Amino acid sequence: MNLLWLQAAGCGGCTMSLLCAETPDVFSLLEGAGIRVLWHPALSVETGAEALALLEAVERDEVALDILCVEGAIPRGPAGTGRFQMLAGTGRSMLDWAGSLARRARHVVAVGTCAAYGGVTSAGGNPSDAVGMQYEGAHRGGLLPAGFRAAGGLPVVNVAGCPTHPDWVTETLMMLAAGVLDEAGLDGLGRPRFYADHLVHHACPKNEFYEYKASARHLSDAGCLMENLGCVGTQAVGDCNIRPWNGGGSCTRGGYPCIACTAPEFEEPRHPFTETPKVAGIPVGLPSDMPKAWFMALASLSKAATPDRIAKNAVSDRIAVPPRLRVPRT
Amino acid sequence: MSQTVLLVGPFNRVEGDLEVKLTVEEGRVAAAHVNAPLYRGFEVMLAGKDPRDALTLVPRICGICSISQSAAAARALASAQGLVPSPDGEGMAALIHAVENACDHLTHFHLFFMPDFARGAYAGRAWHGRAVERFAAMSGTAARGAVAARAEVMHILGLMAGKWPHTLAIQPGGVTRTPTLRDRVRILATLRAFRGWMERDLFGGRLEDFAALSSVEALMRWRGGDVGLFLEIAADCGLDRLGQGAGRYLSFGAYPLPEGPVFARGLWEGGARGLDTSGIVEDLSHAWMQGEAAHPWAGETRPDEAMAAPGYSWCKAPRLEGKPWETGALARQVVDGHRLALELARSGGVLARVAGRLLELARLQGVMERLAEGIRPEARFLVDGPMPAEARGEGLVEAARGALGHWLRVERGRIAGYQIIAPTTWNFSPRDAAGVAGPLEAALEGVPVAEGEAVPVAVQHVVRSFDPCMVCTVH
Repeated sequence: MNLLWLQAAGCGGCTMSLLCAETPDVFSLLEGAGIRVLWHPALSVETGAEALALLEAVERDEVALDILCVEGAIPRGPAGTGRFQMLAGTGRSMLDWAGSLARRARHVVAVGTCAAYGGVTSAGGNPSDAVGMQYEGAHRGGLLPAGFRAAGGLPVVNVAGCPTHPDWVTETLMMLAAGVLDEAGLDGLGRPRFYADHLVHHACPKNEFYEYKASARHLSDAGCLMENLGCVGTQAVGDCNIRPWNGGGSCTRGGYPCIACTAPEFEEPRHPFTETPKVAGIPVGLPSDMPKAWFMALASLSKAATPDRIAKNAVSDRIAVPPRLRVPRT
Repeated sequence: MSQTVLLVGPFNRVEGDLEVKLTVEEGRVAAAHVNAPLYRGFEVMLAGKDPRDALTLVPRICGICSISQSAAAARALASAQGLVPSPDGEGMAALIHAVENACDHLTHFHLFFMPDFARGAYAGRAWHGRAVERFAAMSGTAARGAVAARAEVMHILGLMAGKWPHTLAIQPGGVTRTPTLRDRVRILATLRAFRGWMERDLFGGRLEDFAALSSVEALMRWRGGDVGLFLEIAADCGLDRLGQGAGRYLSFGAYPLPEGPVFARGLWEGGARGLDTSGIVEDLSHAWMQGEAAHPWAGETRPDEAMAAPGYSWCKAPRLEGKPWETGALARQVVDGHRLALELARSGGVLARVAGRLLELARLQGVMERLAEGIRPEARFLVDGPMPAEARGEGLVEAARGALGHWLRVERGRIAGYQIIAPTTWNFSPRDAAGVAGPLEAALEGVPVAEGEAVPVAVQHVVRSFDPCMVCTVH
């Protein structure tokens, strides 16, 4: 299978993250899956005219394009020209190239939240008028129309994340190469369900604090980050705490909140990222699939029942009170 | 006199988008114009936001200098807050940052720079077969080994920064995660494994021996590992004379600790001297930007949507004391006064830049080990403080590829101005109002272009020797 990778308007961090794939390394993994990289802007030897010749051969249908990966959002500005990102050496915008190549690809994969929905590139008033491959924020219809399907039958596969976990990308590619990813394998926002059916909350090491709503007040506190510090791990999709990052990390393991970077429009939460918005002292944006009244009732009960150990540890930057020793009865 | 114009792009194996226009006369580059063809507008996005939001947004300027951007924002916020970070938090932030920079050096050497020597253009050279085996893009044994070693040493970032890239762990007052004794020994184990790989594969010898080299002559005798292979190639191809710079080096000082930066801050221009950032001006004469030349406190970002001439890049042209400056690992080591770096600076070409990076990598291992050994789990790693309604702050750090500065103005508690000058903004700047070329543009002048070469290989060595990061350049 031939894979072509384009870097549109983004930070390149999804490629950098992809290089963190382990056992095996990303190059061996792709080789093993029978995926041949036609060209990747950060990794291939071909540059300038050599690279352009490859792109043109694909455009003339002389080389089959099985998988097109696009990283980064697509700038439409200024004034719809796309000239905020010209593909160097070609005199054509990325807007033009990405559209043209997507229509020739068997599968189109949007790698990262920028390519999927616009992401951080569209934050703060969206200065470059950037858009995702098939979404504009949460709305279907981006660079490609709402009804777009690649030649292989699937809409754009949105491997959202900022950055994406290397395994989300490699596993999506392996599933496409093996022909086992179908539309039922994607969620309602085009994300592969193998990671999007989980919540960041699952296996979060702060779960015991969450059970009692024992909350951190400052970023270095050990407690749950939901009530005060902007954490939306109970609503955000991703297996970040089940299958951690860089050998064992995740945002909440690192002591800072989940900001739902796998979601459309996460870049504009309408409140400071590390501060939970509240109405009358009660956080807005509670877990999405739980009746609010039940949540409030359970939260007030569990807060009242909080063991001293958990209450103290929640507002400490380390374990202040260890679990009580259990001595076997003799 | 025959004159041809070559437009080289997409110029790949650099971070981000790059286009280089070469005017070639008599088989040499007579003039070069460097274009950063992507504009996103982060400085515009940040305006009006809560200052703390910069910590989430600015790392996402760049996926390879992500922690550098975090660190610069954290320093700018701390400076605006008048906040002194926890010393232990500062040490941990330095360790996290050093791991990113070491990894970036590996990525540059193995994945971006060296694959060009595996090109068919060099077939027949004594070293070519070994270059192909070790460095062919994506398949070379050294490339694969380095990617694995990089991923493993980044376990330190998984542990202490949650993930890489794009962490929120680095804060104005320190870091979000308090390390335990277990974390310290685990970090040291990871670092020992990294040292083992570097001494076995990359340097083929003790890192301290490489860091102790004090002359170019001694350097060129180093035959160990892939570094030895590079030096053999460099000698054969005359990389010392290729792409020479102007001999002006700038460093903001790397890894600030309570006792001062690990690698010194300053300027070097025939000799070392102090750095006063109030003399920085961003010139817009050849950028697709509207407005006047200004210090970043007063700077603005208003793109010229008509992309009118004489503009030819989205990149502004930073100047200090009216002059362009080269920044990067070589500059850092020169400003820090390392004897080998000072001697390398006399030629200041492709060899000097790449060897400067390798020298720094050899020195960084010891720096990381000392920082890890110094972890005191009993200490506080984060302090907090309020942000005044009116304030301004400057954040100066060193990314792998050079000096990175953030200049923040806060008014009524919100971001009123946020200006960023990235390393490659310095190195790959367009011309200024006086017509003075940026450092890369100047270094390309005189570089040979063989008849019929559409992508001149010497040009590629020179461009990549700077380790450019284009997504940071314009942001």
